[in-house]
Amino acid sequence: MSVVVTDLTYTYSRKTAYEKTALRGVNLRIETGEFVGIIGHTGSGKSTFIQHLNGLILPQSGSVQVLDIALTQKKCPKADLRRLRGSVGMVFQYPEYQLFAETVEKDVAFGPKNMGLSDDEVRSRTEEAIRLVGLDYDAIRAKAPFDLSGGQKRRVAIAGILAMRPQILVLDEPSAGLDPAGKEQILSLICKLKRECSPTVIVISHDIDEIVRVADRLVVFDRGGILYDEPMGSLFTHAAELRAAGLDIPRAVRIADALRERGVALEGDILHDGDLFAAILRRYQNAHGLPIDAEQAVERARALGIGRIAELAEDGV
Amino acid sequence: MKDVAFGQYYPAGSVIHRMDARAKLIFTMLYMVMIFFVVSYTAYAAIVLFVLSVTLIARIPPRMLVKSVRAILFILIFTAILNLFFYSSGNVLVDWWIIRITDQGVDFSIKMIFRLTMLVMGTSLLTFTTTPTELTDAIESLLTPLKWIKVPVHDIALIMSIALRFIPGLIDETDKIVMAQKARGASIDTGNFLQKVKAMVPVLIPLFVSAFRRADELADALDARCYSASPKRTKMKVLRFHWRDLVGLLVVAGLMTLILLDKYLVGGEGLVAGVDRYVWAWIKSWFA
Repeated sequence: MSVVVTDLTYTYSRKTAYEKTALRGVNLRIETGEFVGIIGHTGSGKSTFIQHLNGLILPQSGSVQVLDIALTQKKCPKADLRRLRGSVGMVFQYPEYQLFAETVEKDVAFGPKNMGLSDDEVRSRTEEAIRLVGLDYDAIRAKAPFDLSGGQKRRVAIAGILAMRPQILVLDEPSAGLDPAGKEQILSLICKLKRECSPTVIVISHDIDEIVRVADRLVVFDRGGILYDEPMGSLFTHAAELRAAGLDIPRAVRIADALRERGVALEGDILHDGDLFAAILRRYQNAHGLPIDAEQAVERARALGIGRIAELAEDGV
Repeated sequence: MKDVAFGQYYPAGSVIHRMDARAKLIFTMLYMVMIFFVVSYTAYAAIVLFVLSVTLIARIPPRMLVKSVRAILFILIFTAILNLFFYSSGNVLVDWWIIRITDQGVDFSIKMIFRLTMLVMGTSLLTFTTTPTELTDAIESLLTPLKWIKVPVHDIALIMSIALRFIPGLIDETDKIVMAQKARGASIDTGNFLQKVKAMVPVLIPLFVSAFRRADELADALDARCYSASPKRTKMKVLRFHWRDLVGLLVVAGLMTLILLDKYLVGGEGLVAGVDRYVWAWIKSWFA
């Protein structure tokens, strides 16, 4: 069990005119190895919630248990907090705004250094983290972070968290403010990180199309509570429910629904663009009996000018 | 960070909130000058009564005022102790080792605490009941005569209002950066002085970078809309003098008269000298 949150309530600026309740009685359990996607509107409490996960905010009422560390209203021992922050890697929104050191290497080394590791260990972790985010260690280590491009800065910032080797990785809007290609890169980076270094991943986003492709469990926050919490696979059975709550449902699900209404039923579970594209291909194949291989189809899709869907299909088909 | 009370607007929509910001600004300045003319306990009582009633009318929780004093608590204690130990005239109450406390020293320290506390509380009332925007408008309006000697009053007001507008944003930004660095294991508020200063570097550098970025963006946005401070500009909310401002003027003028009478006519003995002497005797009895 990675995270157990019970009856968590939090109010900002208590007892003033600006009082605002951000969380009301939230209960959530996250198992080790899960990939949880959290969505919700602005002010739904999702950011407040994740700040509880590494003790940046201590619970006002209720409790949070992360790995073997329990957080309650009582003061938490400093050593526990330190250990907690090492084991829960928190990547905030626009993490590149927290870069400060004169070189990339020093910035990435900040986290492990704070953990009190030996110089050798810090160095090897720094190198490993920079490589992990897909940057060329030797070329970039001595550069100033402010000279890098936006996407590179974000990678360096994420490397700064990874260098602490967190067991749980939490990312708040990791693709905000990036262009489609940059988004794509960050999403595949997150999937790679899930496979290679951090078993449990929690991603916050307001874009359901993004969440649906990477996460296997969907949690929806609404007005400080959890509105919906189901495995991603059962999403379409709840589509109407989500729509009633005023939330977006994935584009691919919408298109598949629209097609079904018009008498074109696609086979299989369709959640994201890749699924949709594969299903359409399969249907086309069945109808026309033409042997289409995936590569050819992707080529054709590119020629038609839907390059992005084609790219997605490459891992979908 | 958000709990810093000094200089924060507290929306309660009272009659004090709706007063003309210029009037409030002038009253506050008068009040600040007035405080330094207060000599007797009776006059201090009048000041406390004044601050208390304004607070109640403005529907500001008294707790907020106490919070604003907390910011100067150190200075308060420091001045009180200095005055207590180094005021040498008057009858000696305590004489032990190097410590020498006189009755006038006690009297002076108590009054000093009162003076500083009331000063901060009174000025906080202005910022609790007036938005920064109103305040800059008021300053601009009051400085208008300076335009005659070619002082760029409007530009100064613009710079002030932009600076004020940026403060909440920068506080938010600081919160975020502190949070992000804490998540990376930074300990911002532990260790000795040098360690604390060093620990601020990972917060200050990103903060400066973002402040400059914001300033650049704002300058571009102003330029892109052909903003220029020189032509005659109109205001969305025009400041007007109302009956409530007149009432305020009367109250403040009354209080001033009281204090000046107390100081110059009764010679600092207190308007109701008996009361004052009684209070003083009570304080003294603590040391007897």
